[in-house]
Amino acid sequence: MLPIFVIIPLGAAFLISLLGKKIKILSDLLANLGTLGLLIFSLYSVPVALAHKILVYKIGGWMPPIGICMVLDGLTSFMLVTVNLVSFLVTVYSINYMEKYTDKYRFYTLFMLMLAGMNGIIVTGDLFNLFVFLEIASIASYALVAFGTEAEELEASFKYAVMGSVASSFILLGIALLYSYTSTLNMADIAFVLSSKPNSAIIAFITVLFLAGFALKAALVPFHAWLADAHPSAPASISAMLSGVLIKVLGVYALIRIFFSLIGINNTILSILMFLGGLSMLAAVILALAQWDFKRLLAYHSISQIGYVILGIGLGTPLGILGGLFHLFNHSIFKSLLFLNSGAVVYSLGTRDLQKMGGLREKMPVTGNTSLVASMSIAGIPPFNGFFSKFIIILACIQAGRFGYAFCAVIGSILTLASFMKVQKYAFFGKLNQNLQHIKEVPWAMRLSMIALAVICVVSGLLIVPKFSPFLQSAVDILLLGNGYKDLVFGALK
Amino acid sequence: MSVYILCFILFCIGLYAVLRKRNIIKIVIGLGIIEYAVNLFFVLVGYRTHGRAPILAKDQVILNMVDPIPQALVLTSIVIGLAVTALIVAIAIRLFEKYGTFDITKIRRLKG
Repeated sequence: MLPIFVIIPLGAAFLISLLGKKIKILSDLLANLGTLGLLIFSLYSVPVALAHKILVYKIGGWMPPIGICMVLDGLTSFMLVTVNLVSFLVTVYSINYMEKYTDKYRFYTLFMLMLAGMNGIIVTGDLFNLFVFLEIASIASYALVAFGTEAEELEASFKYAVMGSVASSFILLGIALLYSYTSTLNMADIAFVLSSKPNSAIIAFITVLFLAGFALKAALVPFHAWLADAHPSAPASISAMLSGVLIKVLGVYALIRIFFSLIGINNTILSILMFLGGLSMLAAVILALAQWDFKRLLAYHSISQIGYVILGIGLGTPLGILGGLFHLFNHSIFKSLLFLNSGAVVYSLGTRDLQKMGGLREKMPVTGNTSLVASMSIAGIPPFNGFFSKFIIILACIQAGRFGYAFCAVIGSILTLASFMKVQKYAFFGKLNQNLQHIKEVPWAMRLSMIALAVICVVSGLLIVPKFSPFLQSAVDILLLGNGYKDLVFGALK
Repeated sequence: MSVYILCFILFCIGLYAVLRKRNIIKIVIGLGIIEYAVNLFFVLVGYRTHGRAPILAKDQVILNMVDPIPQALVLTSIVIGLAVTALIVAIAIRLFEKYGTFDITKIRRLKG
């Protein structure tokens, strides 16, 4: 079942690029059917992962230390559901939204390639394979950021491509060093070899290389400069994908998979992660307060919320990891909803400047109400999902005795609330501008996906009640196992 | 050992070009140098002195052979590098059409 997650998007990308130019409707149809199929398979993978604990697929029938394998465990199925849920709703949204660009089929081709890369990163059990998928996803995203080919978009894409390639080189250098030290590329085998060798200075060097590379991909604060340009410049549906899932899969997932399952976590790495998380949380939200560009403001909030995720995971306690992963899921839902809202505003008004909006709720009730739900989620107002995950993270900070970080998290949350009150006040409430009388609500497909995301925002708070919690808990268990990951994989192979 | 140090110096030269140069084309060349340094390092990792290709023939015993895996990996990595370079050069050409300059300090409409 596992290769399906890579085969479907790759095949769809191939067919769309081949046939999409001649038959216009086919590209919409294929992309939506493809992502719907992926969503169904990823939901199906959750009970399978719960029942079997771990599944290993051997590509071509070769035994893993020699051949490449794909691994399905709790963390994998959790990430697959997150990615494919968001990507399905984004393709539904794109049916109408991408009409204003020419060459829609090229957009879908790149989109599917990016999705193939992300799913590949999640399911693979081989380190170099992870690098290849990471590059597929990155190259597709560089091209997608430049999709409008206006001056600003090209500039942002150039910056993003340069930073991204440097990050990839760091990661490749880390992989080369790790290979020379352990002479294997299989993740479980690397963990096995490393656990039998004494700790040496080269591991510290590899750690630094991976940390720099993946933190650049995840846009943690000292490495964040490209994100605020790249994410707002892309078409709104791509901004939703980039901020919603790409930085999480390329950055956070790869980082925690390598540090927890391969190299083995220790207190130094955890405190570096916590520091980076806390720093991004506060610095980015302060930068966000000063923004007047709707999408740029959202991009800065992405950095800040990734800070929460990294802080939660960096605590290293069961509760902290639970909070971090839960916030990762919630953030992918509400941040993609906010980006889709901003896309709807651009679609109707043609501007992203908050000062030129006002009173849009009257004319665009669906966009206005869904963005209110998303804003309250991201700011952490009680009935919505963002509240639960932030609350768990703060609670975990206090439980671990890190009162300073708990205080930072509360401050960050208050500043987030302030900046989203600004968005709501200037864009959606207030008096309608005279020259905006003619605007209309967006078409049905865009409305449909925004409403679906808003509903998920409300109900996904339920993920922590005992009936649904195995979904999250199995992901947390994999991380808590740490080095035990290798025993699980080798156990499944026998 | 000195090969590894030279390889590392090559990496640093590339990094310097990316960080310090103002011309976009020079930045792209810097990226290329970084890539080559990493690829070179990868091949060096698998190299044994006087080693030969590990091809099994009937009446031969090879005692000293190079590790073939890094070579296969480097091929993949070169292809990836080609894709990245092609894309970045294409973006650079479009940037020149829009701004009329290759100077990165003059290409800054995005800020804040």
